[in-house]
Amino acid sequence: MSAVIYVPVDSAALALGADEVASAIVEEAAKRNIPVKLVRNGSRGMFWLEPMVEVQTTEGRMAYGPVSAGDVQGLFDTGFEHGGRHDLCLGLTEELYYLEKQERLTFARVGITDPLSLDDYLGHEGYSGLKNAIAFPSQRIVEEVTESGLRGRGGAAFPTGIKWNTVLNARADQKYVVCNADEGDSGTFADRMLMEGDPYALIEGMTIAALAVGATQGYIYVRSEYPHAIATLNRAIPIARNAGYLGHDILGSGKQFDLEVRKAAGAYVCGEETAMLESLEGRRGIVRAKPPLPALSGLFGKPTAINNVISLATVPVILARGAQFYRDYGMGRSRGTLPFQLAGNIRQGGLIEKAFGVTLREILYDFGGGSASGRPIKAVQVGGPLGSYLPESQWDIAMDYEEYSAIWAVLGHGGIVVHDDMADLARLARYAMDFCAIESCGKCTPCRIGSVRGVEVMDKIIADQERAKQVALLHDLCETMLNGSMCAMGGMTPYPVLSALKHFPRDFGMDDAGDRHA
Amino acid sequence: MEESDESIATLIAAHRQGPGALLPVLHAIQDEIGYIPADSVKEIAKALNLSSAEVHGVITFYHYFRSEPSASPRVEICCAESCQSMGSEKLLAHAKSVCDVHPVYCLGLCAASPAAMIDGKPYARLTPDKFDRILEKIAS
Repeated sequence: MSAVIYVPVDSAALALGADEVASAIVEEAAKRNIPVKLVRNGSRGMFWLEPMVEVQTTEGRMAYGPVSAGDVQGLFDTGFEHGGRHDLCLGLTEELYYLEKQERLTFARVGITDPLSLDDYLGHEGYSGLKNAIAFPSQRIVEEVTESGLRGRGGAAFPTGIKWNTVLNARADQKYVVCNADEGDSGTFADRMLMEGDPYALIEGMTIAALAVGATQGYIYVRSEYPHAIATLNRAIPIARNAGYLGHDILGSGKQFDLEVRKAAGAYVCGEETAMLESLEGRRGIVRAKPPLPALSGLFGKPTAINNVISLATVPVILARGAQFYRDYGMGRSRGTLPFQLAGNIRQGGLIEKAFGVTLREILYDFGGGSASGRPIKAVQVGGPLGSYLPESQWDIAMDYEEYSAIWAVLGHGGIVVHDDMADLARLARYAMDFCAIESCGKCTPCRIGSVRGVEVMDKIIADQERAKQVALLHDLCETMLNGSMCAMGGMTPYPVLSALKHFPRDFGMDDAGDRHA
Repeated sequence: MEESDESIATLIAAHRQGPGALLPVLHAIQDEIGYIPADSVKEIAKALNLSSAEVHGVITFYHYFRSEPSASPRVEICCAESCQSMGSEKLLAHAKSVCDVHPVYCLGLCAASPAAMIDGKPYARLTPDKFDRILEKIAS
């Protein structure tokens, strides 16, 4: 019997030397005449432990990490290929607190399976959602997704089933499903992990979406910063097609759907759905006015269901286990789970899929173990570069779309970036404006000009040039951007800026009441 | 130059089919040649029935496309919030003192910040020292 050893192929694991570890394992095993079956799995999402190597034992998978190529000889010396004890041994993977306390529905397979093995996928409930969906009329699939309470995981949190219903009821000779995989929010990597670690889940979700709305062609718009995700999808799609899960006759049903990966080109604003459509059509990523809704007039003017990777990859489990199963997770109007991505200055960063209702404090300390620097955590930005900074007084609020909205914060795509007490929130607010200036598509004035003026105003505040006046101006400017921008780029840049100013006035040279320091 | 003209024509021909072909065509050219030569704009425009201005507009809109060859190795350092919280500013300053650097905003390696992409290969949890060792290894 060969020893089965898992070394992740996730790009964050690669960035930490996983390929070198894999080669060292193969080499050392050959030297010792130990038969080894090397599996390149996705990442379990515990990045402080990457590269994390697992071996199959009779009790389950045993984890070792973080492993470097130089550790491999020592690992073999202790017989790690059969679960031997070594300083790097972490115990059984499934019993690690970080994983055990999660509720992995969307990420159920990520890190467990070989991402490109269709057999692995089928052996872990893969395609059971599609098998159910294919027997349903379109309306029933839409109802199931609506019932589940699934809302758009890209950040806008619009109910997925309602969007699909609009596309289903639109009359057209051609409809599309487009997956928005332009995951540009800094601090987020769930889409990347899913595409690299379980590509068939996305393919299956898109196929179900196509059956639901009556589309025959799909596109996955993936950012150019994700070459490994693009490569994985481009390998998975033909495998799925050859096995009859895509193409002219899906599972013998006579129904047709096919998929193409389109590579983006580094424009953050193309994560906005209408800018993405422009880009897919071969133009600059300039935001379109709405209405018309893309659901009625989207890609090439045809009705288009646009969903984020995580929304689509969640659809299979909903169809496999039923709407009720999914909606039993979560709280209020936020049903199901959200894959949180914990990053920045944090000891144990990674992917944490939890039902809505978990608190930021639990994520930061129970999972994250506090800051990486060992210094106190000062501010946490939730929801990407357009999300608010949260001070400690807000860390016990349940992570739920409505609860967050009540404190003028957003969950967005689930990104959490931690800053310790060395962070200067005035500089981060300036950065938010600067990022908007760099990435604005330029179509609307509040965003295009407002962001440039915002940087200037922030510079004056930082340099203490008529500070109180400039702060008043910043409020004015932010109000214009909030209310006058065409999309979230300009419309939400005030979130990080004003939340930083409100909660950390001292960094802006103001006292706690928001007045200027003497 | 003749050879390059020929390969551009071949690349355009291979990717011009299908709706919204401009980005796939530009990617194909940049993947193959390393950049999109300014004198190929006319040819691309003609093949796709666009104006040169439209093609130029697209090339210049997207950060990823370039009209000049890139320095070798191509060093892209993430400058977004997560990497900032783990000292990317120091890394960036150091890198700038030794080579050409292109800032990028998020490589999706945020739980192992700071991160960079060097010649398309991802690196994470970087320090100035580790960065130097990587460059040395690439150079040797």
